[in-house]
Amino acid sequence: MTTARHETETSRDLQVEVNGVAVACPTGSRMLDAVRLAGFDVPTLCYDERVGPQGSCRTCMVEVEVNGRTETVASCTAFAEQGARVATHSSEIKEYRRTLLELLLSETASPANCPKCNSFGTCEFHQTAEEYGARLDRFPPIPQRTPAKDPNPFIQRDYDYCIACYRCTNVCNEWEQADAITVQGRGQESNIFSFFNNNLLDSPCTFCGQCINTCPTGALTNRKTVGKIQADKIERTKTICPYCGVGCGINLLSQDGELMGAEPDFDSPSRGSLCVKGQFASWEFVKSEERLKYPLIKENGAFRRASWDEALDRVAAQFKDAMASHGPDSVVCWASARVVTEASYLMQKFARVAIGTNNIDNCSRT
Amino acid sequence: MVGKGAMSNSIEELANTDFLFVAGSNTTEAHPVIALRMKRAVRNGATLVVVDPRKIELTRWANRHLQIRLGTDIPLYNAMARVMIEEELYDRDYVENRTEGFQQFARHVEMYTPEYASDICGISPEDIVRTAREFGAAAPKASICYTVGVTEHSCGSHNVQALANLGMMAGLFGRPNAGVNPLRGQNNVQGASDAGAIPTDLPGYQKIESPGVREKFERAWGAKLPKRRGITKITAMDQMLRGKVRAVYVMGENTVVSDPHANHAKKALEAADFLVVQDIFMTDTARLADVVLPAASFAESEGTFANSERRVQRVRPAVPPPGEAQPDVDILLQLFRRMGKPQNSRTAEDAWDEMRRLSPIHAGITYKRLDQEGGLQWPCPNEEHPGSMYLHGDDMESGMPGFFAPVDHIPPAEQPDEQYPLALTTGRRRSTYHTGTQTGRAAGFDLLVPHEFLEINPADASELSIRNGEKVRVTSRRGEVEVHANVTEKSPRGTVFMSFAFPDSTLTNALTSDAYDFITETPEFKACAVRVERIPNIQHAANGKTPSAD
Repeated sequence: MTTARHETETSRDLQVEVNGVAVACPTGSRMLDAVRLAGFDVPTLCYDERVGPQGSCRTCMVEVEVNGRTETVASCTAFAEQGARVATHSSEIKEYRRTLLELLLSETASPANCPKCNSFGTCEFHQTAEEYGARLDRFPPIPQRTPAKDPNPFIQRDYDYCIACYRCTNVCNEWEQADAITVQGRGQESNIFSFFNNNLLDSPCTFCGQCINTCPTGALTNRKTVGKIQADKIERTKTICPYCGVGCGINLLSQDGELMGAEPDFDSPSRGSLCVKGQFASWEFVKSEERLKYPLIKENGAFRRASWDEALDRVAAQFKDAMASHGPDSVVCWASARVVTEASYLMQKFARVAIGTNNIDNCSRT
Repeated sequence: MVGKGAMSNSIEELANTDFLFVAGSNTTEAHPVIALRMKRAVRNGATLVVVDPRKIELTRWANRHLQIRLGTDIPLYNAMARVMIEEELYDRDYVENRTEGFQQFARHVEMYTPEYASDICGISPEDIVRTAREFGAAAPKASICYTVGVTEHSCGSHNVQALANLGMMAGLFGRPNAGVNPLRGQNNVQGASDAGAIPTDLPGYQKIESPGVREKFERAWGAKLPKRRGITKITAMDQMLRGKVRAVYVMGENTVVSDPHANHAKKALEAADFLVVQDIFMTDTARLADVVLPAASFAESEGTFANSERRVQRVRPAVPPPGEAQPDVDILLQLFRRMGKPQNSRTAEDAWDEMRRLSPIHAGITYKRLDQEGGLQWPCPNEEHPGSMYLHGDDMESGMPGFFAPVDHIPPAEQPDEQYPLALTTGRRRSTYHTGTQTGRAAGFDLLVPHEFLEINPADASELSIRNGEKVRVTSRRGEVEVHANVTEKSPRGTVFMSFAFPDSTLTNALTSDAYDFITETPEFKACAVRVERIPNIQHAANGKTPSAD
């Protein structure tokens, strides 16, 4: 995206060096911002930039040298300091991250069965584990969290993949402010819970699906799509949600030419936000058996299938007839708030040029 | 009056404002993702004032809920203006340099004392004064948002004018994190208007009745254009019944279900000699057609949508259309040819390029830029221009003033009376969309809202011996429907609420008024008079589930 013309640039007066690359960051930046500004990245399994730092997964640890002291800090929480020198991938840090990931692997179900990896490509957690060469058998397995028995048709909750990062509860409570889910218990005993019976349909959940979108593991997935689509066949088409005037970005998911689902487009101005309609209702109607497939002409009160040639000739003849007998203003054309702008452009031009009337309107009034 | 039918500012800016005045917008349900920015603003310390006759969900975040009587917006806004003038809480510099008509306006609102307004709108004088002071103090870092709760009244355009007056006084135009922002309803209602699919305007809001404009288009299109403005949908339907409109071309709209006084719309379309409907489903409107043309859906079409904040974004096909269905653009191009007016355009991009060459606000927006930059907000006058986060930033140079237009209270055309003692207002729910042709086909959505509900205040329900969940009959002068009652404090005493998402079982728009705004011809969906009755001796549905919003 470009910076729109009236946006003001915040001044960047903090000088930080990341892996030898000097960057200037705005006052109040975190170390993580400096790292990313310098063009590097670290794993951030519990961090969602929309809600700020949680600081629990510790995988974003970096070494910082500043004012004569050297320390290892979580880059998502630590503030960038003037003159700091940051190392993101020293061998100690990499080993530290690998151990953390191995501990997380020991408390979650097998990556081989991960619903997110298998259906949508990779999940952030398993991708990071692979990147750092984390071993599955480094630590003995410990009991996993129990998947929720929740019959809702939208959100699948496989908590045996939960790494207790709390991105889902943070997004729900801080970003959406829906307050549908919360953390119950501490440490290994903790789990994600909704009042009163852990059934989301009975909670304040609006099924915006943001918990699914932020979850870095296979713990939360789109129940409508997961298991029905294969990661190696999936095709993503960047487009816009067909519902309201907010125009949130979505990627349509298709497989072998068939529409299978939708996911938010985090690169769009809506920053991954969707509501229940965009998240869970933006593709099934397209595949409906009730779609119109052929031109139809009504004869004696009943429709019959017609060729495009016949149907279009009939339309043109009827318009010409009305124009000849009653003048061009006896024809009206209504464009739509549901079709692409280009179609509305052609429709108004059709009315004005092909018919010769300004009787063109759209459903903006209704 | 200032501006065009679009948000003056951007969605993201709403999170950074200090004062949010949200009128007639059930934002958390109708625009959930815009509501996120409002909730964010509140968390950042902004003051949120919600004007709505119903206790909508957004009021949970509001510092103040101004629960006005249905259809009494203007006295409230005029009284706020009066307070701001009296206490000199307006932007004198802005008013003097960028507006006209202020003195006359100031004299006009003098009669709207908080006490006088309070008698009409039901808001206490104290709350009116307090809100005006907070608004004036926060301005220009204040934002007014409104939607169809303001416009879908017979005085809708006056309501908008009254809000625009407040916006101009506070100097909210041409500044960041401010503005007067209509939140547009449907995905591309902005684009349809931008493209000139309105009886008065050519693409880019250029007036058909301006000679210079018309000549430009005549040259580009190689055709003589009709000089007189066209007729709106509402007028067209009246003229169908009077035999003046004979042939109708409807693209992608279920008029019979979505329009007010549905029986009237159906009769009108039936009266036409010829009706062609181009759609993706056999809608109730398509059923009336002589010819039905199968169209591609958004997921099968190339093109653009323009959102509420004037942002043009690319729409791309993911799959081919079913059967022989074709994109709307392709169908139209073939019809041009058959009418003896072949077009040079072959694709949606060709049509876009033709439009942007004729519409200065779109001139700099190309498909290539949209693909690379991800969305551009008009006005975007050239290909180097980054697009405009907010409107009127440059109006000082162009000298475009805003006009204060004094407006007065006009009550809804139909008032409750002895025969029809309750006011019905209609609107949206989050998990259903419009007439339900899309959400109605998504698995699981029946669990969120299984059918239509009539939201009714407990006191009204108890007077009528209506229990929560039971079926009732709602009757207006124009029709009647059956619907499940949802007894809730969300509805104020005397006002009931319904959406229109389940037309097969409950055709809400059989009830709605046939009154409309006399300037914009927007129908008065928001107020009509009804009678609600128990349906005696029937097995009451056990399903007492209320909508998820409660």
